[in-house]
Amino acid sequence: MAILNPAILALTLAALAVSLALLPAAVFSLRVLRQWDMDSGSERQLGLERSTYLISTLVAFAFAVELIALLLFIYNAEALSTQFVGAMCATGVLNVNGYGWPTLLLKVLIFFAAALWLQLNRLDNRGEDYPLTRRKYGLLLAIAPLVWAEAAVQTLFFLNMNPEVITSCCGSLFSAEGSGVAAEIAGLAPREAALLFFGGGLTVLGLGAWRLWRGRGGIPFALGGIGAFVTALMGIVSFVALYVYEHPHHHCPFCILKAGHGFIGYGLYIPLFAATALALGAGSAALHRHVPSLRAAAALEGLRSIRLAMIGFVWFYALGLWLVARSNLTLTEVWW
Amino acid sequence: MLQAIERQRYFIDYSLSSLARRRGKNLGLLTVYSLIVFLLASVMLFTQSLRQEAAAILKEAPEILVQRIAAGRQDLIPAAYLERMGSLRGVSEKRGRLWGYHFDPAIKANYTLMTADQHQLPPDGILIGAGIARARGLGAGDFLSLRGNDGKPAAFRVEGILPAETELISSDLILMAEPSLRAFFGIPDGLYTDLILKVSNPREVRKVAEKLTLLLPDTRPILREEILRTYDAIFNWREGVVFVLLMGALLAFVIFAWDKASGLSAEERQEIGILKAIGWETGDVIRMKFWEGGLISLSAFLLGYLLAYLHVFFADGFLFEPVLKGWATLYPAFRPRPVVDGLQLATLFFFSVFPYTLATLVPVWRAAITDPDSVMR
Repeated sequence: MAILNPAILALTLAALAVSLALLPAAVFSLRVLRQWDMDSGSERQLGLERSTYLISTLVAFAFAVELIALLLFIYNAEALSTQFVGAMCATGVLNVNGYGWPTLLLKVLIFFAAALWLQLNRLDNRGEDYPLTRRKYGLLLAIAPLVWAEAAVQTLFFLNMNPEVITSCCGSLFSAEGSGVAAEIAGLAPREAALLFFGGGLTVLGLGAWRLWRGRGGIPFALGGIGAFVTALMGIVSFVALYVYEHPHHHCPFCILKAGHGFIGYGLYIPLFAATALALGAGSAALHRHVPSLRAAAALEGLRSIRLAMIGFVWFYALGLWLVARSNLTLTEVWW
Repeated sequence: MLQAIERQRYFIDYSLSSLARRRGKNLGLLTVYSLIVFLLASVMLFTQSLRQEAAAILKEAPEILVQRIAAGRQDLIPAAYLERMGSLRGVSEKRGRLWGYHFDPAIKANYTLMTADQHQLPPDGILIGAGIARARGLGAGDFLSLRGNDGKPAAFRVEGILPAETELISSDLILMAEPSLRAFFGIPDGLYTDLILKVSNPREVRKVAEKLTLLLPDTRPILREEILRTYDAIFNWREGVVFVLLMGALLAFVIFAWDKASGLSAEERQEIGILKAIGWETGDVIRMKFWEGGLISLSAFLLGYLLAYLHVFFADGFLFEPVLKGWATLYPAFRPRPVVDGLQLATLFFFSVFPYTLATLVPVWRAAITDPDSVMR
């Protein structure tokens, strides 16, 4: 029996609408790739130029909706955990069938791809001859199948929810004894995880400071951002989470989103995701700094992205540090 | 940064004055829009508070309930079963419960009769729920006469009325001393209605229930979490059904919004033409139109949500009450506790602002790409 709940209806509706909206956008992208010619004054080029307004607005809107849908999806998974035997947080709900984790992964992937596209679009609109149009719509053609796949997987996830299934809670997925990626991450010793966590943080902050100081190095900063994102997620699972729960074996990355922990997880994840997305944007701005009509705009946009990303990263690491510092849990005697 | 904010401020300023210039049309849109938000938000707020109430009530309930099943029907359970259970690890308390239903022809409603474990009551003394007190016009010191199972009337003195905070569960409740209840229902000593077990560690509950089914094969353990889950599922499902029904209204609204956005008057066309002639770009016109839509959405969202809040928490949600709550003669008068949460707001956004914006997107673009010369002629 599928679960008929307003949040699920909303998510399905949104996925459907966004998928439909991307259909004409994808067709249009093909036309742009084949026929776009800025120097031409033909009727066809004029029509294309006019349509870009519609398509870029449509896509920007669709992606903004995707960002909210990611939050709603997590929040809803969290709220549904009371409905399944054995589920205590979002982990259990995502484990209800084989489509839960793929949906989340696709959503995260789309989040970053969409954020990159939106920043590319913003940059492109600064150039008088719209120099990135082809690139932009090429990227869109790559994102659209992801969105369609996500809509399909998410629908399967919701349709195959069976409340009778006994699902496994985070305790069994994120445990050092288990197998699989989640267990591998959880099995990481807190000491190594802490080194990775703060090492990633120092690297990205250092690269950001270098970029702000010397005015170049946007691409290393973007790579540092990706690295920081990965190490931060690993660090949350095998290090920060322990301190938040004050329990040496509770590794769940979702339980920190619960009211019982003051929704502190949102305070960690939202800045981390935003900062990483902005770092990607800074990278793309740096990549396009040699495009003649974008020289000034790319520098400006890159600076802005990096400043905002740095605020996000500083926030994230400061909060992580504070969570560890205020905790009653002491691991120092045990692990180092 | 400041410059960008200033720029948007001018857009808002212009949008507001442009909205005010077409007051009638926009007020109509705002009314319909608010109504949609109001309907959806009412349903959400109401079910949310019901769910909350159910969870609050069951919080103090025992973790496991054991019923004896005879020929597929629930039967009285012998007290000896408590001994047969032996000491189960993890169970901190176990005891028998005695309760039953009684139909009162006077008000055509069922009472729930239960033993008063926490109150010392004289043999003819009872405590009654507020619903019964209202329906029968009873106060402390009055007498309530009920026909016992031997056909003879039994008179009970009302010692007090149960507190109003517990009304959702105690509305139809009568509490009396155990010997009186046994005599009234004719239940011999040594038999209970069901047994309850308290288990402190939630992770042990399933194991204890498993042991019970082995030790007492003719019983059925019911877990609190199962009851809670069922309530959750029922309320979610009812909410979902109402939403699906409202989907028709939503669709009508989307079409209405599309129509309003695409039916630009000649005056509006001219306005856009002039804006473009004085140097506005297509993107600017789209932005301005989005501010218009955004302002209308925000007002409608706030207005509709506020009305829904008033409707549910101050008018008891009278429009949806029977569908969402279920009904009974002695239904408790209950004041839903105000709760607002992020999941609700986000869901509501997807059901109102999202379809509206999507519906106006194409008409807005079509208006924005108009050539100035073609409309100013």
